[in-house]
Amino acid sequence: MSIGASGSEQVVAGARRLAEAHAPVLSVAGLTTSFMRERQWIPVVRNVSFDVAARETVAIVGESGSGKSVTALSIMRLIPQESGRIEGRVTLAGRDLLTLPEPSMKDIRGNEVAMIFQEPMTSLNPVLTIGFQIAEALIYHRGLSRAAAEAETVRLLDRVRIPAARSRFHEHPHRFSGGMRQRVMIAMALACKPKLLIADEPTTALDVTIQAQILMLLKELQEEEGMSILFITHDMGVVAEIADRTVVMYGGQAVETDATAAIFAAPSHPYTRALLAAVPRLGSMDGRPRPMRFPIVDKVTGTSDEPTDTPDTVSTAERPLLEVSNLTTRFPIRSGLFGKVSGRVHAVENISFTLRAGETLALVGESGCGKSTTGRSILKLVAPDRGTVLLDGRDVLGMDDRTLRDCRKQMQIVFQDPFASLNPRMSVGAAIAAPLHANGLASASQARDKVADLLVRVGLTADMAARFPHEFSGGQRQRICIARALALGPRLIVADEAVSALDVSVKAQVVNLMLDLQASMGLAYLFISHDIAVVERMSHRVAVMYLGEIVEIGPRASVFSNPQHPYTKKLMAAVPVPDPARRGARRQASNDEIRSPVRAPDYQPPVRQYREVTPGHVVQLWGEEWSA
Amino acid sequence: MARYVINRLGQAIMLLVIVSAIGFAILHLAPGGPLSQYAASAQMTQEDLDRVTKQLGLDRPLPIQYLDWFGRMVRGDWGRSYRDGEAVLSVIGSHLGATLELMATATIIAALLGCWIGILGALRRYSLFDSLATVGAMIALSIPTFWFGLVMIYVFSVKLGWLPAGNRETVGDGSLLDLLHHLIAPALVLALVETAMWGRFMRSSMLEVINQDYIRTARAKGMPEWRILTLHALRNALLPMITVAGLQFPTVLGGALVAETVFTWPGMGRLFLDSIGYRDYPVVMGILMFSATMVLIGSLLADILYAVVDPRIRVG
Repeated sequence: MSIGASGSEQVVAGARRLAEAHAPVLSVAGLTTSFMRERQWIPVVRNVSFDVAARETVAIVGESGSGKSVTALSIMRLIPQESGRIEGRVTLAGRDLLTLPEPSMKDIRGNEVAMIFQEPMTSLNPVLTIGFQIAEALIYHRGLSRAAAEAETVRLLDRVRIPAARSRFHEHPHRFSGGMRQRVMIAMALACKPKLLIADEPTTALDVTIQAQILMLLKELQEEEGMSILFITHDMGVVAEIADRTVVMYGGQAVETDATAAIFAAPSHPYTRALLAAVPRLGSMDGRPRPMRFPIVDKVTGTSDEPTDTPDTVSTAERPLLEVSNLTTRFPIRSGLFGKVSGRVHAVENISFTLRAGETLALVGESGCGKSTTGRSILKLVAPDRGTVLLDGRDVLGMDDRTLRDCRKQMQIVFQDPFASLNPRMSVGAAIAAPLHANGLASASQARDKVADLLVRVGLTADMAARFPHEFSGGQRQRICIARALALGPRLIVADEAVSALDVSVKAQVVNLMLDLQASMGLAYLFISHDIAVVERMSHRVAVMYLGEIVEIGPRASVFSNPQHPYTKKLMAAVPVPDPARRGARRQASNDEIRSPVRAPDYQPPVRQYREVTPGHVVQLWGEEWSA
Repeated sequence: MARYVINRLGQAIMLLVIVSAIGFAILHLAPGGPLSQYAASAQMTQEDLDRVTKQLGLDRPLPIQYLDWFGRMVRGDWGRSYRDGEAVLSVIGSHLGATLELMATATIIAALLGCWIGILGALRRYSLFDSLATVGAMIALSIPTFWFGLVMIYVFSVKLGWLPAGNRETVGDGSLLDLLHHLIAPALVLALVETAMWGRFMRSSMLEVINQDYIRTARAKGMPEWRILTLHALRNALLPMITVAGLQFPTVLGGALVAETVFTWPGMGRLFLDSIGYRDYPVVMGILMFSATMVLIGSLLADILYAVVDPRIRVG
């Protein structure tokens, strides 16, 4: 009996194919990446191991500094060689990427493994056409001719659902919106049919409706191409939405790796529990009219405190603290030698609302909807064109400069970026005391006492006053900004995306702090945010803004449980739900782009009609444009 | 685009009017005048002086003189030199070539050398080369042009005898080789400061670009490093250099003035200094207007060119 040599080869080859079908596409084992800091190798990613199987989506989730992006860059070997060192094994279809010579690695990048990034606005080369940037990979990796590459590029642009793909081939990136640019990035990544797509926070910089579109697109393309996806994100909602398996990273280590459903159902590591507890879940507040604190889970022990309802802080008896009526702010767009007005941004268009002491009104909407301009108009940081703003019955917009200055003690603002809104050369104590000194309200020793008191109030310690901003974390800085806003004893705080830049656990803590301060000081918040899940957690009332107008306003419980306006519905449907069991229940993302509030100079805004749904819940009547 | 250019031209014309008025005023406020050197001469009587003054129109009030000069200039009559009666435009014309030759050579040397140093410095940041380039640039920027010119003459002409000490050509020779031989020293002197500036600007521009996200994208796409540098990075890094070139133009022009004087180069710079000495008002004003126009056109061209190569700011 003899099995022919060719026969045994066939058997071996068949066995290999079978093994390959089950073998992971990517296998990361003991990955450790260190960076040179002050002549020492500091590990940023420590001993991380995970596999990505064929057609599988694995999410790496973690907060900033957890090493998730460095993990992705290490797989691609995009860490600068002088300052970074990668150890361990990264096996792609049987080949160890970390030992490959650099020229072979180039053949892998963009060919077998492709990558898309967080910032679509800056990730495309501004001086090259998008067609060129996609075709380049085709020509280089697949050896296509120019013409063939162009045809293939157009096909790719079609595949990522870019309308009129052929005509957009020769356009430069600045002609595309953020969402469209991310589609271009995806087309570029798909160009060479990679086995693995690494997506590093691909939707973080996008608006929520656009995020939904991109997530769905990635899902569809994955099915069509049969590729694996390694998805890096900080957003548990996105994880629940798309990942089959999840790696939770904390402090450079993979603390938990499991099927996504298992992680959400029964997180085993204390950190995972802490993270999940801090995630706001849209719909979790049904039947609770008042805001609620986030439960805080100890990251080491995993024990949780019980979240409590906040006390009723809203004073309904008095006149509202803030009354805004018919507020309109437009910005002219000028061009030409004499600066003729060629158009106007209708940033805020005829909006009215009230806010009571101790109440939180959330302004929600997507980028460009005018929510920030509304906040600034109320403080008269920008000059509104029309309307009245009454604070405690006093007309803010009609005030002369001195009265306004006096009035602004009552209303303070907290901005989004705690890194940019503190002067790096000013000690934290000096920053908090600055409003007191500027208004001549305190002597040096009084100011010191007040600063100490404020720091304690926002959960820091009095001795931190002498330190400088760079010594604090993002969350601590935002606490400092809040302390500064509180220095003058304001009654109204405009929080302009005040928690948006923070990591989820820090965000939960700052939201809790704001709720505590509201309870103890009776503060009114105008809470401007695009994060609908956080808004649900912390507001009493909600106003939904679209293209400068409030399309729906009312008690939070009513607006969230019974949204009326098509835009409100669309916005809420787009929010990823951090629950894998509810995945895909409601997907029907359209290809719409966010529209622009720029109008011709002679544009007359239509007269709007409103309807009261339930007491206090008012919706703008909509026209044909929403019927489709 | 056409509208943008028209706007800019409008601004440029306004600027030219202002420059001419200020220049005219300062020139006439300076003590002495075209005739002061004759005043000491015994052969010139007061009557003679008065007659010439009247002839030249210098007895009229300054604003009238200015308006008269301005009106003629706009119509293309730039007047005649007080020194030899030649038409101002043809005087400028006969000196222009030499200046342009010097400026162009120096700019080309500076741009090529500066960009090269800058790119290499950025790619090998904090290397020995980069440190030397940084120190070299500081030295080059600190050396006064006239002093460097004199040192060049002393070393290469007086001591070594390799290069001529001045002039544009050897009288009676004038071959291309001879012209180039004369060009070397003044062009290098003029290029020194420019090279340092170009190098500095190019280095920071390149450093900024190579840390951009789209360079990371190109790497993630698997593009070879040379292609990333020459195509993706360099095209972006060179954009601001266009503005640098526009901004450098007046500096080069000013530097040419000094270099020409040191190397007795028969260009506009030397003509300008000589004419100031003689209070040759028409020529001085002519050169002033001519250089101001060149500077404005230079910066306009730089901006237009920027708009052409940078797709983001192409104006409608």
